[in-house]
Amino acid sequence: MSDILDLTAKQAADAVATGDLDPKDLYEAYRAASAADDLNAYVWVADAAPADGDASGELGGVPLAVKDLFCTEGAPSQAGSKILEDYRPPYTATVVRKLAQAGAPLLGKTNQDEFAMGSSNENSAYGPVLNPWDRTRVPGGSSGGSAAAVAAGYAPWALGTDTGGSIRQPAALCGIVGLKPTYGTVSRYGMIAFASSLDQAGPLTRDVTDSALLYRHMVGRDGRDSTSLEHPEEIVLPSATRLDGITLGVPAELSGEGVEDGVMARFEETLKLAESLGATIRRVPLPHADYGLSAYYVIAPAEASSNLARFDGVRYGARVDADDLLSMYTRTRHDGFGPEVKRRIMLGTYALSSGYYDAYYGRAQRVRTKIAEDFDNAFADVDFVVTPTSPSVAFELGAKTDDPLAMYLNDYFTVPMPLAGIPAISIPNGLSEDLPTGFQLAGPAFSENRIFEAAYALEQAIGFDGSKGRVAA
Amino acid sequence: MIDREQVLHVARLARLELSEDEVSRMSSELSKVLDHIEKISALDLDGVPATTHVVEVENALRPDEPRPSLPREVALASAPATQDDGFLVPSPQA
Repeated sequence: MSDILDLTAKQAADAVATGDLDPKDLYEAYRAASAADDLNAYVWVADAAPADGDASGELGGVPLAVKDLFCTEGAPSQAGSKILEDYRPPYTATVVRKLAQAGAPLLGKTNQDEFAMGSSNENSAYGPVLNPWDRTRVPGGSSGGSAAAVAAGYAPWALGTDTGGSIRQPAALCGIVGLKPTYGTVSRYGMIAFASSLDQAGPLTRDVTDSALLYRHMVGRDGRDSTSLEHPEEIVLPSATRLDGITLGVPAELSGEGVEDGVMARFEETLKLAESLGATIRRVPLPHADYGLSAYYVIAPAEASSNLARFDGVRYGARVDADDLLSMYTRTRHDGFGPEVKRRIMLGTYALSSGYYDAYYGRAQRVRTKIAEDFDNAFADVDFVVTPTSPSVAFELGAKTDDPLAMYLNDYFTVPMPLAGIPAISIPNGLSEDLPTGFQLAGPAFSENRIFEAAYALEQAIGFDGSKGRVAA
Repeated sequence: MIDREQVLHVARLARLELSEDEVSRMSSELSKVLDHIEKISALDLDGVPATTHVVEVENALRPDEPRPSLPREVALASAPATQDDGFLVPSPQA
């Protein structure tokens, strides 16, 4: 069985296509591995392959781990929250349904920070996830269960969502590949919403090829999400080995301050490697990137405070009984939400309240315009903007739980892209202190094909060995 | 700085009950985060339009045709309390 788990998703799909691998054996190997999960990466694992599973699609029956916040009909969809404990939705998210139709059946639901609010997965009502590289450390968040499951070999690939870095940061901390796509290219229908103008679903995979393969089947306009749109290009699997003619832009403001030495060293080594592949490295000004975190921590909580108003104990989820309606609402929400969710609801409600709206939300939406303009200007000069994905390697469990602001600073390099709606990928970039680091490439809207090509060339040159994280094999 | 009264006001707006302990923690934690957010007040944003959509999409219209929706019993199946084909809640006036 262990050799099945060593295959990438693409390799497994190819083996199914040639008849060398029975998709039932493939599913069962992963079902057994995920049922034996000792990282708390899963909150639910399927009892058996879905009866209507179809392995004839391009995804070959390769099973898919899905972040808890995607609605899956008949299977728990709790978004990491106690308020949705054992909630089983009456419908399935568009992207999960599309992937099942393309041949990637649901394997299990993965743990996450409650309502995707967090950078360490310690905000889950179902307990923290452990990093497979070092179990005393966090896997990152909020898609921490998806990242840990893929890194550990408990899943061939997984779905996550990224609002301010929730795919890319855990991918970096677990030594795998994570893509945040262009806003709108993947339907949000059936995703339990955090911040609707930022949320995007994306793949977490062992390599860049798997990322392109999964994303290829995720895209498309959906009549049920009016912000969704057709990707102007067909997504193809990457093959580039050189970076001739490509210019990588390093933010002029990136000095290394606030970034761990080992993370910065790996980043600079990869820039040299990129040059040896033919790339040009240039500094580009992104003067407003430094305001990204502030704008993000206004906009995301503001949208969250509105989205989470639906959890009121009336139509679904938990209820705390009371004699009058208002007390039923307020007690249900007091008991149902965890501390970080309450903090963000309070922050967002404050930022939207009378007298403060213009100073906070209004200004933040205008900062967002400046950040998008910075990227537009940068992409006139360079093909991609590159940074370390996370300023640090995976930190110890509990290290930042008492300091919300310190936790938020983890997102420094990842929040500007969703604010501008542009795509970005994180690829494994070698180890620091025996822990994975990530290299982030961001490109203009709809540049996923070019991002995959450049990331693939770098991936081959870096030659990262993820097998040390794969505890399942 | 957010004081205790403001915390309670915002919690009322958010339909969120907070324990005494939560009120005092919220006051100091939110103040710290808001101090950081204050950074954006230093920027000159005169004449800068707000971003409402990151990717420009023309109006997404579709024909207004009736389609089947969730059957009533399915829509009610996850509710904590139901009665007479509806969601049951306590009276607004206790």
